[in-house]
Amino acid sequence: MYQFTTLTALVAPLDRANVDTDAIIPKQFLKSIKRSGFGPFAFDEWRYLDVGQPDMDCTNRPINPSFSLNQPRYLGAKILLTRQNFGCGSSREHAPWALKDYGFDAIIAPSYADIFFNNSFKNGILPIVLPDALVQQLFEEVAATEGYQLTIDLPSQTITTPSGQQIAFDVDPFRKHCLLNGLDDIGLTLQHADEIKRYEEARRVTMPWMF
Amino acid sequence: MAGKTLYDKLWEQHLVRMDADGTALIYIDRQLVHEVTSPQAFEGLRIANRKPWRVSANAAVPDHNVPTTDRSGGVDAIVDPISRIQVQTLDKNASEFGITEFKMGDIRQGIVHVVGPEQGLTLPGMTVVCGDSHTSTHGAVGALAFGIGTSEVEHVLATQCLLQKKMKNMRIRVEGKLQPGVTAKDVVLAIIGKIGTAGGTGYAIEFAGQVIRDLSIEGRMTICNMSIEAGARAGMVAPDEKTFAYVQGRPFAPKGELMTNAVTAWQDLYSDADAVFDAEVVLQGETILPQVSWGTSPEMVIPITGAVPDPEAESDEVKADSIRRALAYMGLKAGMKATDIPVNVVFIGSCTNSRIEDLRQAAAVLQGKKIAPSVEMALVVPGSGLVKQQAEQEGLDKIFIAAGFEWREPGCSMCLAMNADRVPAGKHCASTSNRNFEGRQGAGSRTHLVSPAMAAAAAVAGHFVDVRGMTV
Repeated sequence: MYQFTTLTALVAPLDRANVDTDAIIPKQFLKSIKRSGFGPFAFDEWRYLDVGQPDMDCTNRPINPSFSLNQPRYLGAKILLTRQNFGCGSSREHAPWALKDYGFDAIIAPSYADIFFNNSFKNGILPIVLPDALVQQLFEEVAATEGYQLTIDLPSQTITTPSGQQIAFDVDPFRKHCLLNGLDDIGLTLQHADEIKRYEEARRVTMPWMF
Repeated sequence: MAGKTLYDKLWEQHLVRMDADGTALIYIDRQLVHEVTSPQAFEGLRIANRKPWRVSANAAVPDHNVPTTDRSGGVDAIVDPISRIQVQTLDKNASEFGITEFKMGDIRQGIVHVVGPEQGLTLPGMTVVCGDSHTSTHGAVGALAFGIGTSEVEHVLATQCLLQKKMKNMRIRVEGKLQPGVTAKDVVLAIIGKIGTAGGTGYAIEFAGQVIRDLSIEGRMTICNMSIEAGARAGMVAPDEKTFAYVQGRPFAPKGELMTNAVTAWQDLYSDADAVFDAEVVLQGETILPQVSWGTSPEMVIPITGAVPDPEAESDEVKADSIRRALAYMGLKAGMKATDIPVNVVFIGSCTNSRIEDLRQAAAVLQGKKIAPSVEMALVVPGSGLVKQQAEQEGLDKIFIAAGFEWREPGCSMCLAMNADRVPAGKHCASTSNRNFEGRQGAGSRTHLVSPAMAAAAAVAGHFVDVRGMTV
């Protein structure tokens, strides 16, 4: 299980609303039966000028220079800054797998689709929700300053900008606890195995048609 | 104290435990498994040396990667080696863990969200999950059904539970009557056009009102299916006599006295008259026209009598920018009429619209007609082997074939083009599926979401056309 505490890293902008998981990782790459190796294909249709196929060597593919993540100033970014409803569409966990493998450990956006939001935490990516106005401010600062970095501190739930501005963010206490400690959800749930068994036995009596 | 919503009742019935911060463990009655989002979950079980908590709660079916053409060679004859490995991996995992599977050669095989209700695997009052966002479909029978990621698929396999926080309650009422030629698909597209693709984020949606009550269970499935396109993980309809009649006699449904007792319990599954919803939306059935999506998000939808929007008329710069990008991708001009959008490919299928009623509606429009010469490819992909068989018994296949359609084997097919069925770059597809994202139906594909009747009408005309004006 992944752990997340603090992160100081370069920020890359993706200035689009409603970025869907088909765009984050196109379907031809979902055929892999592994969890790794999706990073080179993240945003494949926007990132490259040719059509990507699984198992391709991406090092010599023609890149789309107008796609923001391809600009040299954003290479090595670990924080993705984007717009509302990020990660909408398909439930594919390949989307956070691809973003993580690309190098992103945190995302900042005004809102996310529910399933993607949930999947991100399970893969050590912290999706931070900030109001539109603050997201807009960060977009402007990123554009104005090459090498723009943010510090994200999960224990104190703050983001610090290069000018020293501190921005507070909310995070679910249970998810925070799991990320800080790198806990495995299944292991945690199985600590309650007796309760699950009791529930199940009672249900077999009251609603036997469910079994 | 205020009454309870349908969702409140389903939630409470499945609550195993809840922490002070609201993090809850809820019990899952049914997990449906397909080949794309499950291999890593089974691998996780193996690595941790864990066994499924309750094997019989799971059922598996391959659907995304299966070919829809001749299958006489079986799984080993799937041409794309990576698709083949994925289907083989599901077969192997189902067999190793002892999970019931409807394999590719089985007549019960089909799209997971068609097969589940058809087999009686999804019942009123159940919690139903699947590693697929369109799991919301199963809410049509009065279940709490939602899509999950692969980590959660593994979590359900290992624990029969999920960690959840309760969602908010939204009710969407569609009152009055629908006009002839207007169907469930038009209703749900109109809803998404109204509330937007993030309108339901964080909510469980209950669909209610006279129009919803008048729909068949298949029509309700079409509506619940696209809850996720409105941002909501779960959509549901309170079960009624139609639901009980639908479930009755299905292979995995309860029988005899068990069914009688189940129906008695299911009759309590409705929102109390004094239940409070966090949000409520009302549409009037008579005002809903046949819909066509013009852009690259399901909220980019217009009535067939409408025109493609102009970004210059949009005051929100982020939205104007989305419209500009969508117009460029779709090769459309601002202000052009919906009926002037050409159609090159027609796809009737997907978990949204591949049930028998959908095929009947499309066939009714196509009876005695031919597809336009400008239509290069027209596919009908039934949702399951049993739907295909039923359609053939009714002679629908002959109507489609005579009109110039290809009659295919069941699967997800061109909805997301993971198998060999793809829309060529730059071509406009009238599609009964659920997503019109860039590249969804193939790199450069241009998808227009419509109902089966509207897809059939477009196939005949060679462009989008108001099905209400066609002689049926």
